[in-house]
Amino acid sequence: MIEADALCKRFGAVDAAREISFVASDGRITGLLGPNGAGKSTTLRLLYGVLQPDRGEARIDGLRMAGEAGAARARIGALPHSAGLYANLTGRENIAYYGALQGQSGAALHAAVEALVARLELRDFVDRRAKGYSQGQRVKVALARALIHDPANLILDEPTNGLDVMAVRNLRALLVDLRSEGRCILLSSHVMQEVSALCDRIVIIASGRVCADDAPEAILEKTGAASLEEAFLRVQLQAGAAP
Amino acid sequence: MRTLWTVFAKEVLENLRDRRTLFSALVMGPLLGPVLFGAMISRIVAQNAPAAQRPLAVMIEHGERAPNLVQYLEGAGVQVRAWSSATGEAGQAVERGAVAFLLRIPADYGRRFAAGTPARLELIEDSSNNRTRSAVARLHALIATYASGLAQQRLAARGVDPLLAMPVAIDEVDVATPAARAVAVIGFMTYFVLFAVLMGGLYLAIDVTAGERERGSLEPLLSLPVRRTTLLAGKLLATSLFMCLSLAISLSAFTLVFRFVSLDRLGMQANFGAYQALEFFAIGLPFVPLGAALMGFVASFTRSYREAQSYLGAVLLVPTLPIAFASIYSLKIKTYLMLIPSLSQHLLMTQLLQGKPLDPVEVLVSAGTSLAGAALLFVATGRHWRRETMLG
Repeated sequence: MIEADALCKRFGAVDAAREISFVASDGRITGLLGPNGAGKSTTLRLLYGVLQPDRGEARIDGLRMAGEAGAARARIGALPHSAGLYANLTGRENIAYYGALQGQSGAALHAAVEALVARLELRDFVDRRAKGYSQGQRVKVALARALIHDPANLILDEPTNGLDVMAVRNLRALLVDLRSEGRCILLSSHVMQEVSALCDRIVIIASGRVCADDAPEAILEKTGAASLEEAFLRVQLQAGAAP
Repeated sequence: MRTLWTVFAKEVLENLRDRRTLFSALVMGPLLGPVLFGAMISRIVAQNAPAAQRPLAVMIEHGERAPNLVQYLEGAGVQVRAWSSATGEAGQAVERGAVAFLLRIPADYGRRFAAGTPARLELIEDSSNNRTRSAVARLHALIATYASGLAQQRLAARGVDPLLAMPVAIDEVDVATPAARAVAVIGFMTYFVLFAVLMGGLYLAIDVTAGERERGSLEPLLSLPVRRTTLLAGKLLATSLFMCLSLAISLSAFTLVFRFVSLDRLGMQANFGAYQALEFFAIGLPFVPLGAALMGFVASFTRSYREAQSYLGAVLLVPTLPIAFASIYSLKIKTYLMLIPSLSQHLLMTQLLQGKPLDPVEVLVSAGTSLAGAALLFVATGRHWRRETMLG
């Protein structure tokens, strides 16, 4: 479970997050939706702990990111916006490095890497150096790297960026699969279809504020819009009118 | 501790696979100095030492006008060759470089010589030509000796003691030992050694900080339950390892260079063999973490690989400053100078080259200040890494 509790973050004159609160529950895919520059990445960075909030608190399974950072971080798999790999290492070495940094070793680490290679279908390229990977291959390895310690919570920042249709489908299937294992999945997107196809709950943010937080159907109902896209636009217009 | 090892091993493995890092750390950095140095020294040796042993060849135009002089020169071992004006104009030949230099005896030489007025000789030379300078100087010296011999004979013939014409005489006493004299020439070797140390870690220092950020691999790394100072320490340890390798390769190459370069022909002697190479390594070792921390510190503040490269290019020059200062002011070793890293290593290494004993206190102060500087820079860099601006 991932909790954002009144998170505030300022960069100079810009309010990137103003009292952002929501809960992403276990066994659910929660979508953070918003236009470019709405504060999605900042919110996620506060949640996986590379940024510290000015006020408010991020909690992972009840553990405070501020006070129990080590334990909280160990329960997250994060896939940041630009999830670079080490070009001179093979995919397998990239994954194993993160496993080792998470405290795994020996046969257990080897088995964990093997399981992910099979699950994410990395076999064909995982023993090649990462410098020749396609964008799709890079994202798959970065995802495997985020999953190496079998985290209960997964945070993905625009994971489908730059992927082709087939790769997007595979990724969705994988996320649905991970949900069925009871994990808590939080992903951000500015693509409406992606969120509506996948998410159980949608948090819409604009200008650093939460303007809607509900199941997709409920959002449709509340805004009286025919499609989520229309609802998204309406919610944002309202937010823009009352900043 | 295990995390530290994991980070260290990964950085070492990754950079062993990077050709550019390997080339600059293990070939370019450590070998540039010894190669340049060997080439320069053997050139100096080739220019100076054998020239004195090779017979001097002099082209003379109208040698028949001064038979005594020609006979004297030949008696002094000079190979005299006749230049005939039919071959061409002498001045132009020298200018073109066809002839190194030329001695012309004017038509009135014999008359003036007999009259006791200065008999003029024309020496046509190109003073911008470095290679002929020493030969011209030798010819000058020979003619001067010939002239003073003649002068003494003339004075004696007139009943004057020739010693009256020599009111002052200089006796030179040179206190420099051959090893000390060599330091003037080979003193800049210490800079090459420190340069090799820094070059060994240059690309690694960039790669593990600015490079990691530029590739986008820093953010996921920082989201892991690992302390940032542990990450930084592992990275700087890997950098230090490559720097040590570079230092060892550089010193081995210098040992070889000194074996083949014949400094003794310049009247010099370098106190540098395998044993001194080990001592150099020990003195240079505390400079390794300092250099790694300094480069890591600078690279952490840069936004991109390119920016880091240009700033670290300047860092490579940092150790030259105290060394240049030391040679301009001819600094001798003092304990308080051991407080300045790079200068202290330079002075200690110079001491070894001169074959003088080291003061253990000075060695300890040098190592202590370098390590303290490294620790300070590490703490400062660690602080920066805890800041959010690290994400870029």
